[in-house]
Amino acid sequence: MDAPVIDLLQLYPRDMNIYGDWGNVLVLRKRLALRGYDVRLHEYNPGDTFPEQVDLVVGGGGQDSGQNKIQADLLAQGGRLRELADDGLPMLAVCGLYQLFGHRFTTHTGEVITGIGLLDAETVGGPTRLIGNTVLDSDEFGTVIGYENHSGLTTLGVEVQPFGRVTKGDGNNGTDGTEGARYRNVIATYLHGSLLPKNPAVADYLIRHAAERRYGSFNDVALDIPHEAEARTDAAARPR
Amino acid sequence: MRHLFATVAGKAVKAVARLRGGGSALPGLVAERIDPQFLPRTLGNLPRGVVVISGTNGKTTTTKMVVELLQGQGLKVFTNRTGSNFTRGVVAAVLGDSDVRGRLDADIAVLELDEAHAVHFVKLVRPRYSLLLNVMRDQLDRFGEIETTAGFLRQIAAATTDAVVLNREDPRILALANAVTAPRIEYFGLAPQLRHMFPHDDEMRNAVAAEVPGATPGLEGGQPEGPRADVVLTACEGSAATFQADGHPIEVELKLTGVYNVFNAAAALVLARTVLGPAVDEPALLASLQNVTPAFGRGESLTVNGQPLDLVLVKNPAGFRLALKSFPAAGSRTMIAINDNYADGRDMSWLWDVDFDSLRETGVAEVSGVRAQDMGLRLFYEDVPVGRVDTDLNASLHRFIADDPDSPKRIYCTYTAMLALRRELGKLTEVEVVS
Repeated sequence: MDAPVIDLLQLYPRDMNIYGDWGNVLVLRKRLALRGYDVRLHEYNPGDTFPEQVDLVVGGGGQDSGQNKIQADLLAQGGRLRELADDGLPMLAVCGLYQLFGHRFTTHTGEVITGIGLLDAETVGGPTRLIGNTVLDSDEFGTVIGYENHSGLTTLGVEVQPFGRVTKGDGNNGTDGTEGARYRNVIATYLHGSLLPKNPAVADYLIRHAAERRYGSFNDVALDIPHEAEARTDAAARPR
Repeated sequence: MRHLFATVAGKAVKAVARLRGGGSALPGLVAERIDPQFLPRTLGNLPRGVVVISGTNGKTTTTKMVVELLQGQGLKVFTNRTGSNFTRGVVAAVLGDSDVRGRLDADIAVLELDEAHAVHFVKLVRPRYSLLLNVMRDQLDRFGEIETTAGFLRQIAAATTDAVVLNREDPRILALANAVTAPRIEYFGLAPQLRHMFPHDDEMRNAVAAEVPGATPGLEGGQPEGPRADVVLTACEGSAATFQADGHPIEVELKLTGVYNVFNAAAALVLARTVLGPAVDEPALLASLQNVTPAFGRGESLTVNGQPLDLVLVKNPAGFRLALKSFPAAGSRTMIAINDNYADGRDMSWLWDVDFDSLRETGVAEVSGVRAQDMGLRLFYEDVPVGRVDTDLNASLHRFIADDPDSPKRIYCTYTAMLALRRELGKLTEVEVVS
């Protein structure tokens, strides 16, 4: 029998792939393969045809210029992405895509960039960049380790939960202690580093929901990845 | 009088700092505080002006090449050799080379400047010439965004008075042409068949594009040729390179390896030709070029146990990828040392944007540095076999050498790891001291 296939969609890799977001794709692909899944990787850039079968969506951060390039296309795809999210499709949106998944991003010059409103969150441009090693405490995922680098300040609405609470770093806005957003099976966050290599619990959450949604079950094999625990410990101990 | 005092005070601090060991920027800080006009006065009066070299990758090696090319033409060249590429480092270098009145015995200054500090510098001293190499994602935790860095270079281009030399193959550098106020712009470039060796930063990690030649805008296909380049690198095989200079082929055997170093040689040639004008002595220029050795830690080759040990500085994804493409893994034992101190950049994200598949066959014998575990994890996800992962740099280095004393070796290392490795290697072999 052929191995079950998982269709993994990378959103806007050409314009929104700064800060090692490729690492997230590598980790998802490898952890799926180790559990016996074949991964079909799709890349979606502005103007492309949206693939029919998608089980998991990942998208990353971008320079301001990258965000401008994808904005119109993202708005055009907004309805489809909202439907998929409401239907329980797992998604990981990092940094710039997190901001555009919200209602809007008002830049520090007052320009309003409309988001797709998949997440009940909104962002305003801040005066400085929030940069450095970051550690979160998450009810679902335990300790989450990453690196933040953003000037947007995000405030969550009532429809979403935070991804975690910062124990080191600034998080969504540097004031309310929250970081990222959770909505159904969507995880949105400012953390890169890349996020998933050092946070296997988050990677496996996405994988599990992708498999269960498509096949009704998940081949849940425990993985022993070398250097994973040590890399977490070392990263958490580094200065901001 | 203030100038004299600043010079003497700066020199005194420099002497004390030397006794304490290190600290190349502190004396500069002292002189700068006492006399803000220090730099305009010392550098502003050089007969052939000031050359500024900036960009993300290759500044140090290119600056060294330009200096040696100009010296080969009989010019007295002042440069900031210590790699202290901040304004204060330049002040410190001036203090080291000037007499007590702060006069520099030089025809021209060739300065390597960090992008952000160059902006500050060109407000003090307008360069006659500038060379802008590339803009890559580097130290984003310091500058925030690549467009910010490009904006810094734009200000350097705008402040330059006589001629600006630009990299035709980097779209962000090419776009700086409209900021140039100087009467002259020259370009260095690559022949089309070499462009795939230098994937642009925007298509950093794009699996589909990487597998389909021509699918990437800005590389093969899709993009017009661009402006005429004064010097074009047309072939590069190991240390043998062919350039087209002003339409004429030049074949040279260099002491530099790595295609990125060789491309920087094209940049250095254009700059030297621009500075020298029709008076250039071409045979001497080529002789100088063939004798340039890499700057310290930039593909520097040491000898340990009679075997070559190459130190390759890697500090951002583009540089690391180019280095891996430039040096074949086969035939050498490989070590990777990754630190995350301030000078290295604290964010490890960049390691995930480098393809390590070229190391899959040989594996990596030692992975070390503060973030060795991150690097080990990275290599696991690329299916690259790893001998040992150890955060203790010295232990790794000694094992790396002792476990296979009779093979050539190569260490890819971040900046502070490179400094530490050189220190330790100094106990085993001859390592040039750079003060």
